[in-house]
Amino acid sequence: MEWETVIGLEIHAQLATRSKIFSGSATAYGAEPNTQANLVDLGYPGVLPVLNGEAVRMAVRFGLAIGARIAPHSVFARKNYFYPDLPKGYQISQYELPVVAEGSLDVVLDDGTRKRVGITRAHLEEDAGKSLHEGMPGMSGIDLNRAGTPLIEIVSEPDMRSAKEAVAYMKKVHTLVRYLEICDGNMQEGSFRCDANVSVRPKGSDKFGTRAEIKNLNSFRFVEKAINYEVERQIELIESGGKVVQETRLYDPDKGETRSMRSKEEANDYRYFPDPDLLPLVIDDAFVATVKASLPELPDEKAARFVRDYGLSEYDAGVLTASRELGAFYEEVVRRVGRDPKLCANWVMGDLAAFLNKDNLEIEKSKVDAEALAGLVTRIVDATISGKIAKDVFEAMWATGESADAIIEQKGLRQITDTGAIETAIDEVMAKNPGQLADYRSGKDKLFGFFVGQVMKATGGKANPAQLNDLLRKKLSG
Amino acid sequence: MIPGPAKAGFRRFCRASYRPPNMSLTRADIENIARLARLELTETEIPVYVDSLSKIFAFVGELDRAPTAGTDPMAHPMPGLAQRLRVDEVTEANRRETYQHNAPKVEAGLYLVPKVIE
Amino acid sequence: MSAPAPTVASLARGLAEGQFSSVELTRAYLERIAAAQPSLNAFITVTGEAALKAAAEADAARAAGRAGRLTGVPIAHKDIFCTEGVLTTCGSKMLGNFVSPYDATIVSGLRAAGTVMLGKLNMDEFAMGSSNETSYFGPVRNPWDTQMVPGGSSGGSAASVAARIVPAATATDTGGSIRQPAALCGVTGIKPTYGRCSRYGMIAFASSLDQAGLITVSAEDAALLLGPMSGFDPRDSTSVDSPVPDYTATLGDSLQGLTIGLVREFFDKGLDAACEQRIRDAIAVYEKLGAKVREVSCPNLPLSVPTYYVVAPAECSSNLARFDGVRFGHRCDSPKNLLDLYCRSRGEGFGAEVKRRIMTGTYVLSAGYYDAYYLKAQRVRQLISADFARAFKECDLLVGPTTPTPAFRIGAKCDDPITMYLNDIYTIGANLAGLPGMSIPCGFVDGLPIGLQIVGPHFSEARMLNVAHRYQQETDWHLKTPSAFA
Repeated sequence: MEWETVIGLEIHAQLATRSKIFSGSATAYGAEPNTQANLVDLGYPGVLPVLNGEAVRMAVRFGLAIGARIAPHSVFARKNYFYPDLPKGYQISQYELPVVAEGSLDVVLDDGTRKRVGITRAHLEEDAGKSLHEGMPGMSGIDLNRAGTPLIEIVSEPDMRSAKEAVAYMKKVHTLVRYLEICDGNMQEGSFRCDANVSVRPKGSDKFGTRAEIKNLNSFRFVEKAINYEVERQIELIESGGKVVQETRLYDPDKGETRSMRSKEEANDYRYFPDPDLLPLVIDDAFVATVKASLPELPDEKAARFVRDYGLSEYDAGVLTASRELGAFYEEVVRRVGRDPKLCANWVMGDLAAFLNKDNLEIEKSKVDAEALAGLVTRIVDATISGKIAKDVFEAMWATGESADAIIEQKGLRQITDTGAIETAIDEVMAKNPGQLADYRSGKDKLFGFFVGQVMKATGGKANPAQLNDLLRKKLSG
Repeated sequence: MIPGPAKAGFRRFCRASYRPPNMSLTRADIENIARLARLELTETEIPVYVDSLSKIFAFVGELDRAPTAGTDPMAHPMPGLAQRLRVDEVTEANRRETYQHNAPKVEAGLYLVPKVIE
Repeated sequence: MSAPAPTVASLARGLAEGQFSSVELTRAYLERIAAAQPSLNAFITVTGEAALKAAAEADAARAAGRAGRLTGVPIAHKDIFCTEGVLTTCGSKMLGNFVSPYDATIVSGLRAAGTVMLGKLNMDEFAMGSSNETSYFGPVRNPWDTQMVPGGSSGGSAASVAARIVPAATATDTGGSIRQPAALCGVTGIKPTYGRCSRYGMIAFASSLDQAGLITVSAEDAALLLGPMSGFDPRDSTSVDSPVPDYTATLGDSLQGLTIGLVREFFDKGLDAACEQRIRDAIAVYEKLGAKVREVSCPNLPLSVPTYYVVAPAECSSNLARFDGVRFGHRCDSPKNLLDLYCRSRGEGFGAEVKRRIMTGTYVLSAGYYDAYYLKAQRVRQLISADFARAFKECDLLVGPTTPTPAFRIGAKCDDPITMYLNDIYTIGANLAGLPGMSIPCGFVDGLPIGLQIVGPHFSEARMLNVAHRYQQETDWHLKTPSAFA
């Protein structure tokens, strides 16, 4: 039987506020345990939550960016369960009336096709603390520094049909939250993580299969691997006569498999009810308008503009708008070169990206900045050097931090555009290779490449390729 | 019969988990609730709660008679008030030592519990 | 020094005129507290040393010309309010060793006004009870007859003010926990409008119903103390940002033109006939003072007790989930595993009534019952609120009995929760609707005091205190003192 995979993601993005969602404690990562947990975060008797306005503003920013409805009236609810990292015995979240509802994001897949993923809702909630298990036999240690950090939980429709689609969607959300400056996107630190709901069904069926929820995936690679493993597991299970049970599973990256989290199974009656310590969150049109006015150009808008203004392909525009910084870098190169935006794009996405990857650097830390890269591309455009030589120049720029012009001068890489000099070199090559010349003239056109190579070798690669082609063709035909 | 939208109340009544109020509770009910509420009950306590909770639910079953059709639930006693928003400022300093004075078991700044198994 | 004068107003005058110092006054009250503790059990913690130190500071402030109206007046706090550096138990074994690292907002407000804290008052465990019998620290006794309950949950507050062992006490009211014990002990109690006093630092029972207030000898005393504990608190999202009037300024206002509503449903068959007579007598006093009286109806009010016993337990089941033996409070010995830590710490730390309410609340919120119980009750709550709103179109204030009967014998209602819950039948409505309410002494039945309840629209505290004060100028029920403590 042929199977179809159905995936929905619940992405948790920590909002980049200074203080917590319901208290004035700092949210900075990496502090000594429990030094950023105040009375409210610890759930002390008698204390009360007060909502951080910035968290609300950030949620609205997200809502507007996905074309969602911003609820004029939303409600905080308590999700009740006992867990040591949950100090109050309930998590303050939003249940029936979330602040953001009914949005969507378009994802461009590797093959260039576009897919719309529905976003059911996005709601504000507080993060839990952390349980640490090392160094204390039989015990766990609870650190509540993270407790109360604002989160936005972004719940997608079950619209994705493969692990690759899920990753593409998650990357898109990752890009967006960083564009909006509402989340630092740091996945190692857990600022951006997701739960994946995975099920399979016979292809063509319109009913959903029983789903498993894979918890706490904190890298794109793990999302892909975990989903693929889970899909295989479910299909094998069903085909061997078993049944998928609805459960929570954990991905073990060391073993590359998912396993059941039985401890979470026992109590799943969360007894949601409106939190009586908080009043309804009312968001008026003026608030929404203010947030809207402050939105940056969004990735999709920017990509469309790149296609329109720079003549880029949709794919290239998508790559170059993957982060706000990358888009800005590219546009700075284009502005300085003043022409051939396609060539600029190739350089940013090609050599520059490769070197960044090699050194594991973000674009902001690039050893060749936009001005320097523009200097190099300008020398290609004005025919000072060839594209091939430019690659060597770039490598030298990356290593030394010097400008393209300085390296071209030092190494004498300036292109030969003097017709006479090129003709002299051609004449010498023809004289040295009479046999090949005769063969070419008797119809072996393929030998043209051989002559190009020989002349380039003779000129140290500096002959202007276009001129060389023209002159060589003339001379060879006699 | 004229087809029309299903009545919400009727649907709710048909839900598998629905039980009309006034029903008396069993020992198993009490044990389930106590587990959900994380309360250990002694053997002598269980029948006492079976009895008293049954009485309480019979008593609150009176609410069934109230004419609440078309009435919204009231979660808060002061209607019309909206949640106030706090300015995003860090106002708290580290007071771990003070706050952990009340903690039954602490080591290296962490609250200790029997091992959490995931 | 002779026995202290009984009211906050007279003590404040005495301090201002230099008749006695705050240290002398405080010492005298500490002696009375110590003497009464074996018979009443009104205190959980007496903070004698700190009180004398604060009194000395108050005297110094007065000497330096920095005294306010309440500087040096001793009071005591219900043990539900967090007090920095002082044991704060909420009447529970769960918090038997809990020293709060912070002050409740109303505690700091009253301290800033110059009051001196004598200690922490006994109460029903987590404020769940109507007789003060659920306290882990033993029942409080009624000073009028120590075989009788003082009412609850603010039993320690009411008994101590009635016995004149404190001039005034803070208290809280979730379903009648100020008004009912005030009535049963023959003292004045006020539960302000929901949101008038900050709930920050008041250990939560049912967040949408809880409100801090006072138990005092007179309405005038309540007016003096209410100001400093009222007002907007940025740490409580449900506290209301509206100006706090000087409640003493309007105490003497005329009652001419006032319309008093008698809620028909309050005069039901459950009301003791002798109690009803005292209420009718009080109403006659108001007529004499120029008020008009008319009957109004709140048809859904009889459903307030069942409504309350869904809403309050639901909120309590969640509010008390934080007591898990991890960060504070009781923790069981050598837990086998995490579940055992939770179940035994909570099973051992909470008393029978608290567990009953946690389980009731857990049940009404659980899957399949939420709509039938919780949502249904919140809808009925809306109806009850609407009943009150309609009534206040026809009258300025409602008056009626605070309780159906005078105080009952300790142990008499312990076996049947419903009988116990019905004690609050007349008081719960105000909590459900967030309305302010008072109880003032209006006579005796069989030697036990009973109370007249006054309920007003939101933020009508000044008018209610005025109405109570005018009655207390015509009568002296509030000045009666139990003979054993005279």
